[in-house]
Amino acid sequence: MASSFRRSINPEAVSGLALISPTFLYALVLLAAPIAAVILLSFWTQDYLELHRTFTLANYVKAWTEPVYQALMIRSVKISLLVTAFTVLIGFPIAYYIAFIVPPRRKPIWLFLITIPFWTSYLVRIFLWKVILGYNGVINGSLIGIGLIEEPLKFILYNQGAVVLTLCHAWLPFAILPIYVALDKIDRSLLEAAEDLGDSPFRRFIRITLPLAMPGIMAATIIVFIPTIGDYVTPRLVGGPNGLMIANMIEVQFKKANNAPLGAALALSAMFIVTVISLIFLWANRKYLRANQ
Amino acid sequence: MSGLRMSNWLIVYVGLFLLFLYAPAILLPLFAFNDSAVISFPLAGFTWQWFATVVDNESLHRATRNSLIVAVSTAVFATTLGVFAARAGTRFSFPGKRGMMGLVMVPMVLPEIIIGVSMLVVVLQLGLSLSLMTIILGHVLICTPFSTAILGAAFQGLDRSLEEASIDLGRTRLTTFLLITLPLVLPGIIASLLLAFTISLDEFIIAFFLTGTEATLPVYIWGQLRFPQRIPGLMALGTILLVVSLLLLVCAEYFRRRAARNMGRGEQRELF
Repeated sequence: MASSFRRSINPEAVSGLALISPTFLYALVLLAAPIAAVILLSFWTQDYLELHRTFTLANYVKAWTEPVYQALMIRSVKISLLVTAFTVLIGFPIAYYIAFIVPPRRKPIWLFLITIPFWTSYLVRIFLWKVILGYNGVINGSLIGIGLIEEPLKFILYNQGAVVLTLCHAWLPFAILPIYVALDKIDRSLLEAAEDLGDSPFRRFIRITLPLAMPGIMAATIIVFIPTIGDYVTPRLVGGPNGLMIANMIEVQFKKANNAPLGAALALSAMFIVTVISLIFLWANRKYLRANQ
Repeated sequence: MSGLRMSNWLIVYVGLFLLFLYAPAILLPLFAFNDSAVISFPLAGFTWQWFATVVDNESLHRATRNSLIVAVSTAVFATTLGVFAARAGTRFSFPGKRGMMGLVMVPMVLPEIIIGVSMLVVVLQLGLSLSLMTIILGHVLICTPFSTAILGAAFQGLDRSLEEASIDLGRTRLTTFLLITLPLVLPGIIASLLLAFTISLDEFIIAFFLTGTEATLPVYIWGQLRFPQRIPGLMALGTILLVVSLLLLVCAEYFRRRAARNMGRGEQRELF
């Protein structure tokens, strides 16, 4: 039995499994197991420092019914969706420009140019947006300087719009790169064929470029949408009281409020919601592509 | 004709976009050299004094040392794990490959707060204490997917006949790997080390959850943001960090291109 089993596994599979195992085990122990622990924790309760290990749904009931958490969750999803939509819409023409207009020799430089601002310290970058948008900030200063306004505008900092703007800035490179990769792969002869057949540039774009760019757009959507929900630094620095997001609440529960089980339930609920929305995106994309064939 | 006009508009758009993208990076050095304790316009004059506050600041030096320890360890471990995963992923087929590679790559799209929170829960439940070690463990987790992606591209382009020739000539698999394969993918390895180092050096969200008494540089910066009088110094620090990151990235890009060229292929693979 044992020997026939061994014979049925080819040596290549054994080598492959042996090679992947250190990395896989690392991810299993430090990612899968901790997430399992968080799931378990979310069904427990805690008052002060004492943990009660009896199964309960109380944390989830709280997370889904109490108005504070509901409001934060809805706002966070709204902000993440807005950031995703803006980054894809703003990023698409840039990706198009690099893929179709920049000469091939120059493309690496352009891609590098897009990613450089991303390497300014994350915290300092967010802080600088606070400086740009602030009461005595760059925008107000310039507008007063050229005489367009007399009093500084107060509505541009410490609100959800400022959070969306700052997050868009942070995530634009991540939206541009996958869209660029998809656009760059498009066979140019297809576009020429459409042109020869008399398609207008707009029709050509709708019928050929857009469907072929869809995998890149979907990748951009997922890459931006899911992590954005977990940012707590941007809302804290530029969001003001009405711009806080669910991640700020999760952080508070784990640190100051000492209610890790509720924090765990909030984190998992947020993950659940973004996963469901992402699956809806993927499903819609598949329908769109099938209808286009 | 209309196509030409289209692309003119596109160039204007790209220009505006670059201005938006670079706004913080342009302001950073302006304020770092500005002779005023308040971060606002108009600029007051040129000074080096904020860089001087960076030079003699004991807790900043300590945070820098901690960050270097964390970033170097992260780079080495993540690249090692990346070599294993990339080699397995490009050279072999085995049962469960998609699922296993998938799990390794998941941290790329997971919100960092989830990783920070879940590792914190485990560390506290096991009664371990938070230290630089816990930050390293978290950073290796998020850097390994990037290393795997870069190294995957390097291994992918490898000419397999070189390895086969070495084995035909009587070398063992291990010496072949060490003497033939590794030198060929070395530029990829260096690119991976530099990228992981740079990511770790700037990572805040996970570090904030997993930090003990010893702060890393971003955790230190976060603490200082509360004090208005410290902000100009932070601008100087940010400028230094930007320059260092850029130098590292230029190096990484250089080695990545050399890796692509080493494969003897005309086509160059991009990082993303």
